[in-house]
Amino acid sequence: MEENVVLTARGITMTFPGVRALENVDFTLRQGEIHALMGENGAGKSTLIKCLTGINDFEAGEIHIAGIDGPVKNHSTREAQNVGISTVYQEVNLCPNLSVAENLFIGREPMTKLHTIDRKSYNSRSQKIMDELGISVDVTQNLENYSLAIQQMVAIARAVDMECKVLILDEPTSSLDDEEVEKLFVLMRRLRSQGVGIIFVTHFLEQVYAVCDRITVLRDGHFVGEYPIADLPRVKLVAAMMGKDLNDLEEIQKESKDATNEPLEISARGLSHTGTVKPFDFDIHKGEVVGVAGLLGSGRSELARAIYGADKANTGTLEVDGKEVRINQPIDAMNLGMGMLPDDRKAEGIIADLSIRENIILALQARKGMFRLLSRAKQEQIADEMIKMLQVKTPGRETLIRQLSGGNQQKVILGRWLATNPDFLILDEPTRGIDVGTKAEIQKLILKLAAEGKSILFISSEISEMLRTCSRMAIMRDGQKVGELDHDLSQESVMKAIAGGEQES
Amino acid sequence: MKRRSVFGRLSSSNLLLPIVSLLLVMAVNIVFDIASGNNPFSFFMITLQNTTSNGVVLYGRIIDILNRGSEAAILAIGMTLVVSSSAGTDISVGSVMSLCASFCCMLLAGYGVSSTNELAVPLVVGVLGGILMGVLCGCFNGTLVAVFQIQPMVATLILYSAARAIGLLLCNDLIVYVRNPSYAFFGGFLGPIPTPIIITVICVVIMSLVLRKTALGLYIQSVGINRKASRISGLNSTRIIFLTYALCGMFAGIAGIVNSSRITSADSNNIGLYLEMDAILAVALGGNSLGGGRFNLAGSIIGAYTIQAITTTLYALGVSTTQAPVFKAIIVILIVAIQSEPVKAYMKKRRAIRTA
Repeated sequence: MEENVVLTARGITMTFPGVRALENVDFTLRQGEIHALMGENGAGKSTLIKCLTGINDFEAGEIHIAGIDGPVKNHSTREAQNVGISTVYQEVNLCPNLSVAENLFIGREPMTKLHTIDRKSYNSRSQKIMDELGISVDVTQNLENYSLAIQQMVAIARAVDMECKVLILDEPTSSLDDEEVEKLFVLMRRLRSQGVGIIFVTHFLEQVYAVCDRITVLRDGHFVGEYPIADLPRVKLVAAMMGKDLNDLEEIQKESKDATNEPLEISARGLSHTGTVKPFDFDIHKGEVVGVAGLLGSGRSELARAIYGADKANTGTLEVDGKEVRINQPIDAMNLGMGMLPDDRKAEGIIADLSIRENIILALQARKGMFRLLSRAKQEQIADEMIKMLQVKTPGRETLIRQLSGGNQQKVILGRWLATNPDFLILDEPTRGIDVGTKAEIQKLILKLAAEGKSILFISSEISEMLRTCSRMAIMRDGQKVGELDHDLSQESVMKAIAGGEQES
Repeated sequence: MKRRSVFGRLSSSNLLLPIVSLLLVMAVNIVFDIASGNNPFSFFMITLQNTTSNGVVLYGRIIDILNRGSEAAILAIGMTLVVSSSAGTDISVGSVMSLCASFCCMLLAGYGVSSTNELAVPLVVGVLGGILMGVLCGCFNGTLVAVFQIQPMVATLILYSAARAIGLLLCNDLIVYVRNPSYAFFGGFLGPIPTPIIITVICVVIMSLVLRKTALGLYIQSVGINRKASRISGLNSTRIIFLTYALCGMFAGIAGIVNSSRITSADSNNIGLYLEMDAILAVALGGNSLGGGRFNLAGSIIGAYTIQAITTTLYALGVSTTQAPVFKAIIVILIVAIQSEPVKAYMKKRRAIRTA
């Protein structure tokens, strides 16, 4: 084994029914480096990680870990932890109904001499860990009382505390805002200096260049290459991931058009939902793409949810197509031609144990009602159409949605709404956890839908993405809509508006 | 080629194991018949017998199993839906059966009458009244579970303990006998075939048609798997969960009347006793997860008859009624173990090694 190497994987091969997920993949992690694992959705990043952590039972190949003779094959995450591999996954896998401290020590509780759980040192040790990482939480509180971002940080703290040699971070930043991401980076750098090898999986290119030392690229389950960060500028990285030399993202430079002369599709006055979003006014014209910008937890999702009836509005009036309407629950909104892709895919998007076909037709069927079942042939036709249009990577339409990668699941949920042919579509973080190529496709799709006269409400953490597609942006801060920007849209102007302090239009 | 595809469909539809379990129980019968010097296929023999009360009727162990298993099978239909939509069980169905039987008999005999030959109201009114009582109980459970979001077991515990008592109250603390031959029909025979079998077939066919021709099945499973996501996608989860409990209550009512008709009386303390456990077990034996979500109605029905087959087999082997539960438990452990994930994974691995 080479000097300083903590983990090597050679020739890893893994097949899922109908899909070859990994084929002969190599990976090398050195001591004290942050190593980015890059690739599009379904490229095999998560699969490789699951092979390392013992969740997947790979068919061929060997994994070696420094200090251990012979190949290592983990059969469970616990075995992986014992050899020094800790993981924080894309979605938080902690118990929201337990306290932060309990979550930190679940499965390895500090014991007293009598083999009972040592509550005292439990809490004090937890508090110390969190303080050291600069995360301000009360460790005795239940995890569910904290934001998704904090929960993510707790998951990382838990992994870090397990004295790991290899720390795997699988999309840890997808639900963090910029400030929190920076905090995480500080932590990652500290761990690097302590000699921990970190595998970092992310879709945010800028983050790769901010913290990583080395990049390994996968494509369609194959190993493309390993590069020092300096040798692989951004354009080359994208090209390596996509397997071609095109820069789609640059192509859709602000194609959105002004639609303010079109009739109004939605007009909200004084809408609010107690506790989440203060009364706001909101208009959207036919064929218009409006963005909602704001920090995580600023009320940007809640604004959309109040319109859609996901959280029933407590005050205010809503007009759809010029007629005043009352929305008590999502189905009312759907019958008025609305659709909403929620931001929490796992909790509110996918029906995990149903097939892709069933997931796609669900909303359309709900709208048609229980007694007008879509014929099987019709269902299959719609599902196939969506799979083809959105390029869902799957062995077939009857595959369960939970077997797909996150990005492909997202496409299926998007297909569910496109199947209902909505006039007004809310897309809350549609590109979260999605690769660059698909991001560009989704942005193009948004513009195409707008060109067909549909109105789109687009919520994203990536301002650049909204700049490309939106002609207008609503700005949210602390649960309140603080203004709108319609001309002079730029990264800087939006940032300033979000940050506040300056005069708002 | 055709056979292969049927087998392939069976194994992929998760019906394989429930069927294998049922066949296993039957095989035990054959072995014991051989051991005791009987015709090895006496288990499967169906003969016509002349009875004084019902004329020529079908007779045999299979018929007996189908007949005696009717109540559990009918209950299993409703239980499957409840389990799927709410990830919980309705433990009140046995008691509700008893209440429905009492209500039906009270209507037919008149309040306070303990034994009657003449019907006080038309038969249809009594029977529909009994079934309606079941629906009402189901609606009560449904309200608690779907609207007030009380855990299913706790919510249905209320009627589990109260329904029998309400039934006794309705019958003025008496065992009401309805000695009119028309009432005995539901537990008797239609031509040579036992009526409970026919009623079960009708219930299963109607429910299957409803599931096939409407989106109810999709709705129930969707809500059972992810209630929040279903709501965002336009499903009214509350209404769907409520509906499954109402249906479950209705089937309990039907089962209650069948059971009461067999003994032409409303014996509140014994009708449907422990039958909720059989219904839940039937759902589990049918390969359904008690954690809700995907369901398989056919599996539950097969499960119900498997339980009855075990009981009948044990009695046929001369195991005393007091000891039968012990053997039943052993067989159930075996069946549940075959269907468990670790065993399935082990079998799959072995098969893979053998083919490799």
